[in-house]
Amino acid sequence: MSSITGVSAADTPGPDDDLHEGGPEGRTPSSDGASTGRLGDKIFAGLASGAGILVVALVTLVGAFLVIQAIPALTNNDSNFLLSQDWNVDTNPLQFGIARLLWVTVATSLVAMAIAVPFSVCIALFLTQYAPSWLAKPGAALIDLLAAVPSIVYGLWGVFTIGPHFQPVQNVLTSVLGWLPFFEKTQTSAGSTIFFVSVILAIMILPIITALSREVFAQTPQAHKDAATALGATKWEVIRTAVLPFGKPGIISASMLGLGRALGETVAVMMIVSALAPNAPWSWSLFTGGETFASKIANNAGEFDNPTKTGAYIAAGLVLFILTFIVNSLARIVIERRKAFSE
Amino acid sequence: MSKRIDVQNLNVFYGDFLAVKDASMVIEPRSVTAFIGPSGCGKSTFLRTLNRMHEVIPGGRVEGKVLLDNEDLYGPGVDPVAVRRTVGMVFQRPNPFPTMSIGDNVVAGLRLNGVKDKKVLKEKMEQSLRGANLWDEVKDRLDKPGAGLSGGQQQRLCIARAIAVSPDVLLMDEPCSALDPISTLAIEDLMNELKSEYTIVIVTHNMQQAARVADRTAFFNLEATGKPGMLVEMNDTQKMFSNPDQRATEDYISGRFG
Ligand SMILES: Nc1ncnc2c1ncn2[C@@H]1O[C@H](COP(=O)(O)OP(=O)(O)OP(=O)(O)O)[C@@H](O)[C@H]1O
Ligand SMILES: [Mg+2]
Repeated sequence: MSSITGVSAADTPGPDDDLHEGGPEGRTPSSDGASTGRLGDKIFAGLASGAGILVVALVTLVGAFLVIQAIPALTNNDSNFLLSQDWNVDTNPLQFGIARLLWVTVATSLVAMAIAVPFSVCIALFLTQYAPSWLAKPGAALIDLLAAVPSIVYGLWGVFTIGPHFQPVQNVLTSVLGWLPFFEKTQTSAGSTIFFVSVILAIMILPIITALSREVFAQTPQAHKDAATALGATKWEVIRTAVLPFGKPGIISASMLGLGRALGETVAVMMIVSALAPNAPWSWSLFTGGETFASKIANNAGEFDNPTKTGAYIAAGLVLFILTFIVNSLARIVIERRKAFSE
Repeated sequence: MSKRIDVQNLNVFYGDFLAVKDASMVIEPRSVTAFIGPSGCGKSTFLRTLNRMHEVIPGGRVEGKVLLDNEDLYGPGVDPVAVRRTVGMVFQRPNPFPTMSIGDNVVAGLRLNGVKDKKVLKEKMEQSLRGANLWDEVKDRLDKPGAGLSGGQQQRLCIARAIAVSPDVLLMDEPCSALDPISTLAIEDLMNELKSEYTIVIVTHNMQQAARVADRTAFFNLEATGKPGMLVEMNDTQKMFSNPDQRATEDYISGRFG
């Protein structure tokens, strides 16, 4: 009985209470604490699961909305939705496919990540592991500040500052790596290619990835670093054996956040990249123009005049939705797989 | 190979703060030496100077000499990384690398040294785990994470990791303070075995432990908080605990200590 008095006193104040009055350590206050604690627990659990359910419901609803709106267009489509690169939504039946949009979206985002993540990780490592503290502290504050600035500001800066000087870079890349289909030479000017969009997207997502990576690296337990140092690890080896493994899930999460931003970025892409001529042949080159899902939808938002036509764009939006979903799931899987090793 | 440590007039600073003042001692090879003393007297600080681990703390620096078989650890051109490869360290809290398996933890130091040969790594892994009396407990789960072991097993894993690189000296800072009595005994037995090959230095708050494992014992003290710690007495453990030369030592050991 006495071992559960805390519980019974909290739940059923009444006959039991007098049993505790002589208790050595003032049961009443502690059981009061327990009961408010329990009420607080319930409220919080309710709020948390409510919010969780709400989010899941919202996502499901958005998905359902997209599917319902897209069906009329999809059933009235003369082209293969996934494999075609047509986009004629004023005809009847419609002829539209997302192949080109998907490719440009994925290519710009992946190349942007490939540029931004290594840079971000290096900056974050420098700030947390190498910089003296008089530089590290203001540096960290600055990065957090930069991450809070809307990324379009960096996009604009990149377009106007780097854009005019980008042609030589493109010329070098196409002449050195031109044998790869991705780097094939084209007539598109450097300021309006897929590759240049990637560079701008990289600049746009760099601050947020850096800020988040810096945050995780800074939290590497000293004990892990000491373990490596005591084994005779150099600075870089300490980073490799202690800091990077500890920060890996954080880097992945930060990258996914950046990737999400890159996938959905609209204005910068619209400003830069030139749309291809309607019947242009397929090209893998990063040095041509094109449109992403987001820029395609935004570019044509003014023409959503009939439901079927709008449905075509919504179908494209649905694919972007699914793409984001897949990317995030993959990130989760990668993080989960090593979970046993990251406690 | 076991080496002799000769510390001469060592001052240790954190920034401007003098943490340990003018300590000199000789630590014999193939023996266990224990450091005892009240909290804050600089035992850990002094221990860390023996493999230059204090240098990872901002402001940590020393004046004086630490000779390892006549080679000054602080001589010009001596690389602290190289020092730490010959003087290993085990910490108060077991700190296996959480992202590595048990086996990878053991050979982490060898990998850092550039050993790639799978066979060599495997042999060393088994040999070190046997050396740390952990082999039988983990041989079936070498690819599982080290964090899944008990605290005592983790600490022995850390010892295995430290001895895998065949250091000359093994420093242990309160290696048993987070462990239960059984695990503590296991590690004390281990120290007794390891001392035939290594110079072992251990910091402990447990007087019985010092009496059980140490051949020689050093007592550190400080006059008051904020004052530097000092080496008061170093003697054979038996003498320290029966008939110490210094009054302060006797007071501390017998518990008459303010
Ligand atoms: N990182 C540090 N920066 C500044 N001062 C420190 C640092 N670590 C320790 N000190 C100071 O150095 C002195 C010695 O500390 P140390 O940790 O060596 O004591 P200790 O004998 O190991 O104590 P304990 O038995 O509690 O572990 C103390 O005054 C402590 O405040
Ligand atoms: Mg200590």
